[in-house]
Amino acid sequence: MVKVLQTGFFTSVQDLGRFGYQQYGVPYAGVMDERAALIANLLLGNAKNNAVLEFTMTGPKLQFLCTTKICISGGDFQPKLNSIPINNNSTIVVKKDDILSFGVKKSGFRGYIAVLGGFLTDVVMKSRSMFKNVTQHKTIQKNLLLPIKNAVTIEKQSNASLAVNNVYLEEKIITVHKGPEFNKLTIQQQKKLLNAVFRVSKNNSRMAYQLTELLPNTLEPIITSVVLPGTVQLTPSGQLIILMKDCQTTGGYPRVLQLTNTALHTLAQKFTGDELVFEVI
Amino acid sequence: MSFKLTYKIYSEHSILVEWNPVIDKDVLNDILAFKTKIEATITTNVQVTTAYNSLLVIFNDFKVDLSAKVTLLKDLYAEGLSAASVIKTLFKIPVCYDADFGIDLEFVAQEKGVSISKIIQQHTAPIYTVYFIGFLPGFLYLGGLPEELIMPRKATPRLRIKKGAVAIGGNQTGVYPVESPGGWNIIGNSPLPFFDVTKDVPCFAKPGDAIQFYSVTKKKYDDIKTLINANVFQIESEDYNG
Repeated sequence: MVKVLQTGFFTSVQDLGRFGYQQYGVPYAGVMDERAALIANLLLGNAKNNAVLEFTMTGPKLQFLCTTKICISGGDFQPKLNSIPINNNSTIVVKKDDILSFGVKKSGFRGYIAVLGGFLTDVVMKSRSMFKNVTQHKTIQKNLLLPIKNAVTIEKQSNASLAVNNVYLEEKIITVHKGPEFNKLTIQQQKKLLNAVFRVSKNNSRMAYQLTELLPNTLEPIITSVVLPGTVQLTPSGQLIILMKDCQTTGGYPRVLQLTNTALHTLAQKFTGDELVFEVI
Repeated sequence: MSFKLTYKIYSEHSILVEWNPVIDKDVLNDILAFKTKIEATITTNVQVTTAYNSLLVIFNDFKVDLSAKVTLLKDLYAEGLSAASVIKTLFKIPVCYDADFGIDLEFVAQEKGVSISKIIQQHTAPIYTVYFIGFLPGFLYLGGLPEELIMPRKATPRLRIKKGAVAIGGNQTGVYPVESPGGWNIIGNSPLPFFDVTKDVPCFAKPGDAIQFYSVTKKKYDDIKTLINANVFQIESEDYNG
């Protein structure tokens, strides 16, 4: 078990999300930065779908109630084990009563905590990803006990680590495909969309990232159709909305762009004020 | 009937197929027959989601040749579809239209210049078509609201609408499957669970099915709730060929 001493900000258990339930209106959910979660799971020898903890801007404080191995990845939030700094992207043995905490954000926006065998919270619709009205909790709560495997056989520090190239944390370029309604934009609007620098507005969450700069347009709404994480919607008021992992399954705004998977990881590490430029691949 | 479809690569793993931009039952039936055929042909790692006039085929393989898949989909559609492949059900949905639940019912009746009982009669008369599920887990997009009941959404959405609330927004009617913010006019409440996470198929209705509302008293509403909680309530239903 792992005991939550402090929750951090919007900290939730996430795996790769729910597939096959979108026809019932259930969002995908799942880790926002799949790349980071994958690296942590790989270093631990976990399956890639093992559940990790995802936190936003401020890390949680956790007490381990058994022995395990952990790996921290994603943004750099100055992780510490029993107040001693530890590295991201390294496997670290933790023992009963060890305390994991974080300092202030140095880079990125989301951090990940993986443990040997993954977090073993309830599986609902084939996934442990927390989501309102689907799982019991939508985020972790103070004093909650998170089940994990008790790895009694770990005897020594194995020190697996990976020199991870983290330039994506600073990457401004968001690679995209043209969306189904892209061609309804005028040539000028298309040029602006693909050349202008946009900034992430304060309205950014696991559901969607809104951008600060507007793209004035006269596009008609569409008949409600299917959307995916990474779909860029354009509202009549010119607001660009990039849908993220917890987005609804359908929408009625024109879909002007679709982010690549890689771009979704990159965007997941951006926050209010960060700049980005769309680039069609 | 055969429609002229467009195929667009939507993401690295998905293809969007679009019908004419209309809300139409023939289009819906064609979409559902195509979905059935795709799922019967490509049996693994594929998910098909549908909306009013579109269908998204998502391939969960690590790498997928989407242009080859577009060709495959076009060939499948050209082979022809079987409308009989889609089995449909009509569900009878109890709704309590008491003032306790139908907090906007009096307002709707005033706006329309008719009695509350007339509104209830107009709302329970039609057979509504389930076009797809979206917006919230278990939220059915229903077609078939009578013109006399069309009501603009509220200027200021409510922050909390109760689970089960039956509402009218624009030319649509629907049931809130979970508590949610929303701007529709609330006219009643249904005791039925429209989204049940404990079930492998969490929604009793699927696209193509039909529903009809019937009015129940508060007492009957409570009785149904009791039966649902005891897991012994059977939703009234029959085969449907709409």
